[in-house]
Amino acid sequence: MGLKDKLHKLKLKYKGKKMAPAFNAIHTFLYLPNETTHSGAHVRGADDLKRTMNTVIMALLPCLIFGMFNAGYQYHLASGTIEAVSNGFFSSEFWSLDNFMIGFWEIIPLVVVSYGVGLAVEFVFAVIKGHEVEEGYLVTGMLVPLIVPVDTPLWMLAVAVIFGVVIGKEVFGGTGMNILNPALTIRAFLFFSYPGWMSGDKVWVHSAVEKSGVDALSGETVLGFLANSKPFDYSVSDMFFGFIPGSVGETSAFLILLGGLFLIFTKIGSWRIMLSAVLGALVMGLIFNGVVNAGWVTDSSKFYALMSLEFWKHLIVGGIAFGIVYMATDPVTASQTNKGKWIYGFLIGFISILIRVFNPAYPEGVFLAILLMNVFAPTIDHYVVQGNVKKRMKRLKLKTA
Amino acid sequence: MAEVTEEKVKVKEPKEPLFSKKNRKLLVDPLADNNPITIQVLGICSALAITAQLKPSIVMAISVIFVLGVGNVVISLMRNIIPSKIRIIVQLVVVAALVIIVDQVLKAFAYTLSKELSVFIGLIITNCIIMGRFEAFALGNGPWKSFLDGIGNAAGYGVLLIIVAFFRELFGSGTLFGAKVLGDPIEKTGLYAIGYENNGFMVLAPMALITVGIIIWIQRSRNKALIEDH
Repeated sequence: MGLKDKLHKLKLKYKGKKMAPAFNAIHTFLYLPNETTHSGAHVRGADDLKRTMNTVIMALLPCLIFGMFNAGYQYHLASGTIEAVSNGFFSSEFWSLDNFMIGFWEIIPLVVVSYGVGLAVEFVFAVIKGHEVEEGYLVTGMLVPLIVPVDTPLWMLAVAVIFGVVIGKEVFGGTGMNILNPALTIRAFLFFSYPGWMSGDKVWVHSAVEKSGVDALSGETVLGFLANSKPFDYSVSDMFFGFIPGSVGETSAFLILLGGLFLIFTKIGSWRIMLSAVLGALVMGLIFNGVVNAGWVTDSSKFYALMSLEFWKHLIVGGIAFGIVYMATDPVTASQTNKGKWIYGFLIGFISILIRVFNPAYPEGVFLAILLMNVFAPTIDHYVVQGNVKKRMKRLKLKTA
Repeated sequence: MAEVTEEKVKVKEPKEPLFSKKNRKLLVDPLADNNPITIQVLGICSALAITAQLKPSIVMAISVIFVLGVGNVVISLMRNIIPSKIRIIVQLVVVAALVIIVDQVLKAFAYTLSKELSVFIGLIITNCIIMGRFEAFALGNGPWKSFLDGIGNAAGYGVLLIIVAFFRELFGSGTLFGAKVLGDPIEKTGLYAIGYENNGFMVLAPMALITVGIIIWIQRSRNKALIEDH
């Protein structure tokens, strides 16, 4: 008798009991369930929640693997054992097993803790509330390790995951009911709770925090350099391909672009949100560039470095690309109407750059911008729908009059 | 004649004992099932502002207990002579007078604490619980009942303040009443030796709101009768 049958027997035994959802979840996760629907006509849709989630995870995997290489690369680069990348995306300095192994052993624990703790919370709530375990955490659990610095202590991550899943999702009724993106709630919790581990010039490179004094390592992010008006020597291709310090999975604009195209192609992510968010960011960048060109801000201002950054470069530094492609498009927390999606996306891009430039304490504004717009998404939808209702009422009146 | 006998009957009515069941309810109800913060959702602003540490919360709780207890009695005594059109003004004058007493006492005997609480002692005047109890209870009940009601509601407010402050101080600063119960973060002793760090978010106001929210959540899932229908 295989595991599948044993699980099936357990399921029958515990049917209607408290622990039933836990067994059901393990069973459906591992196997195709034995049950079939007995009556009624039903349409078979291939794109159920599980499929959707798996597609997003597939789009995230390149970022994760790149993040592992990058963690090792940044570590070796900062300790001076290897040279900087020399020939484009496939540089051998970057894609070495040595780099990968360092990153692998740093990042796999993050992934394990994120999934382990998050799913444990989901199981507990499913048992308490007596509903089935939902697949909602599959993507969140993958997003979380990608948006934190590589050296984040695991217990902090665990605390943040519990907070994010409970306060960000379960209090509103679980998957599909949440108003805030749980992964970003976790990120925001970490950022405000333990700022020393989430920003500054030490956290982005593995083991830089422990080492100090003579063999101190440091790896400021590009945004960090800009916010402090310090010079840096990353080329545009470094920034585009992602050979820069930053959170685990957010550095490579190139891979995020590919992931975004994949999501658009599979119709999982909304191209409206992605496109309008990019437009919003570019518009805000252009406004700042215009202000600088007009001479209203001189280089004595502390905002000068970020304001004078060419508008399109905002898209390839920091986490904005990652946020736009994987976070803003979360179907639960984004606007539902098409017109609403344009407004929602545009404001995310616009506000991200605004926060990035004007608040040096938060060099990365995209997670705050997305959380803010998550809160406003239902309002935007409401007015879009009301506008449509009014338009139609008018048409009706014209006809009857 | 008939009127006289009626009056006599009234006088002869047995006096309610000081701590009858009804009166006890006035005192105890606001502590849990009719808590001014978690059920009536009043007085939230000060609950957010001063609960980062235990000491100011306790001082705040005591101050509000004094103001509301005495204020309720004063309003109750005057309830038949206050013209209803200007009752809000009269109430404000009473609260303001009491708050000034509290403020002056604190300044005289606990200057550092009064500095710490700064404007929030003065802002007791605008604490919605106080005006709420004056309007809802003291204007229609006798002084003893009003006193119990005032003490009860202010204590309910204080209890919640202290619960919230306990968690915020413990996780936010790693202290209780200023004592380093979790070890010293700078010398790395106690929990800090194994990598624990204080949660900076706990000190910020949003976390007070979330803590109150969690308490409301727990309370309502324990007692389903408190859940409002929509």
